[in-house]
Amino acid sequence: MPDLSPDAWTAIALSFKVAAVATLWGVPVSVVLALILARGRFPGKALFDGLIHLPLVLPPVVTGYVLLLLLGRKGPIGGFLDQHFGIVFAFRWTGAVVAAVIMALPIIVRAVRLSIESVDARLEQASGALGAGPVATFFLVTLPLSLPGILVGATLGFAKALGEFGATITFVSNIPGETRTIASAIYTASQSPEGDGEALLLSVIAASIGLAALVASEIIARWFRRTSS
Amino acid sequence: MIDVEIHQRLGDFQLDVAFSGGDGVTALFGPSGSGKSSVIKIIAGLTRLRSGRILVDGAVLADGERRRVPPHRRRIGVVFQEARLFPHLSVRHNLRYGRLFTPRDQRRIDEGPVIETLGIGHLLDRHPSTLSGGEQQRVALGRALLASPRLLLMDEPLASLDAPRRLEILPLIETLRDEFGIPIVYVSHAVEEVARLAGKVVVLEAGKVVREGSPADVFRLAADRFEIMSVIEGRLGPPDDAFQLTPVETPAGTVWLNGLVRPEHRTVRVLVHATDVALATRRPEGVTIRTVLAGTVADVPDVSGPSVTVDVALQGGSRLAASVTRAAVAELDLKPGRSVFALVKSVALDERPL
Repeated sequence: MPDLSPDAWTAIALSFKVAAVATLWGVPVSVVLALILARGRFPGKALFDGLIHLPLVLPPVVTGYVLLLLLGRKGPIGGFLDQHFGIVFAFRWTGAVVAAVIMALPIIVRAVRLSIESVDARLEQASGALGAGPVATFFLVTLPLSLPGILVGATLGFAKALGEFGATITFVSNIPGETRTIASAIYTASQSPEGDGEALLLSVIAASIGLAALVASEIIARWFRRTSS
Repeated sequence: MIDVEIHQRLGDFQLDVAFSGGDGVTALFGPSGSGKSSVIKIIAGLTRLRSGRILVDGAVLADGERRRVPPHRRRIGVVFQEARLFPHLSVRHNLRYGRLFTPRDQRRIDEGPVIETLGIGHLLDRHPSTLSGGEQQRVALGRALLASPRLLLMDEPLASLDAPRRLEILPLIETLRDEFGIPIVYVSHAVEEVARLAGKVVVLEAGKVVREGSPADVFRLAADRFEIMSVIEGRLGPPDDAFQLTPVETPAGTVWLNGLVRPEHRTVRVLVHATDVALATRRPEGVTIRTVLAGTVADVPDVSGPSVTVDVALQGGSRLAASVTRAAVAELDLKPGRSVFALVKSVALDERPL
């Protein structure tokens, strides 16, 4: 096996860090959004649904550019956060996390929503008749019964976050050690005449991780199907 | 104590129901689609009350206007047709679920007696998916009870079970009713269940109350002669082990039950279908029927069809309906005041067809 450069190892480690943090933030947010979509009834729901899923159909570079406009230091949200809390996303690894969350969100929300919708509403009624309020019912009945979908969503979301490229490079650029993830490292290597080997090797690694995540999510789903029947 | 008054449109029919119920079991009886389950849902708060009012122990739960206590604050237990156990929790944790939300000073019902009465002690560590239908429904009964509700609603709790299972659970509901002192509103379209459990029956048809009263009164006046049933009370005597029969002593005579029913010396109700009763003007001899009850004809309605339901006042005061042909009434000259013997096929008194 040809050796990877230290820079490539850094990119792999950074990718895992970004993807892990993005999953930790993305899953709770997705559960809330999925619950709103699954159970909520309000005007403009279709639009809300569309906004969440927009990153799925937009060119990723557009998503990254919108993030840059909004969350950049001069952007309305980014400027506010910078001035009042000293929080900066632009050109930081935390910005890569934001980009990954936004890109992974539609995938996680979809899996979680399907799972919540498949929870028998009659069980929630039974919970209410036993004295549990809506919040208690959510945490004691709906959430545990949606766990398979949440785990599948988390696994797919992690894989998506790990491979995110377009939005990330547009929003936080390609800074070695800070924002250069596996995808950016492959792109960089492929642009230099002697980087072919490294690009290929990193591509194989990225593909392996992605495949492993897909297989894992399928195994999780199958295991839950078996234990629940 | 529950007071219910409901006026509202549900889908394509209008529900106009008012009734009250005290201790023991109040049954909502009627064909499917008569609105029984809708009434239960409104009392439980699962369907919103539009107009009317729901009171339990004098407290207003909903009045169709401003006041509406959310379902989880009503402290009304519900046992549904399906057990609805939480599949991710063990039987033990299903049973304890309601307790989490019951204020400490209102936990009147303890786990031990409930588990013992329902016979579910050996199931505590199992998961609902591994239980039979009857076991699931027993756990569901226990779960509802252990929340110490002030009212228990049962929506056809036996309907999804087969006959042997039903027979296994019905006496448990009887015991719960007598032991734990929680008023029960029981929805069913099975005459036998209602006659056996209820102190009061409210008959619904197409969203309206058409009759209400004691089971004996309500079923004696039923519209269809196959639904007409009489309820006779008596005391269980010592079973006859050799012939597998159990006597029920009543002032009018001995009623023989098929099978061995124990323990003895307790008061039971037996049900008699009007179509299983024959009348004779003399004490009959040489017949296979062993249950012969003495009484006098109280009423012979003036009808024009082939059969007529004769109302017999048994010695001791119980009423017994007998569906006989009009031709027989004419031949035997049956009229009020006439002494008669009612012949009851003992199989009709068996508790097993429940």
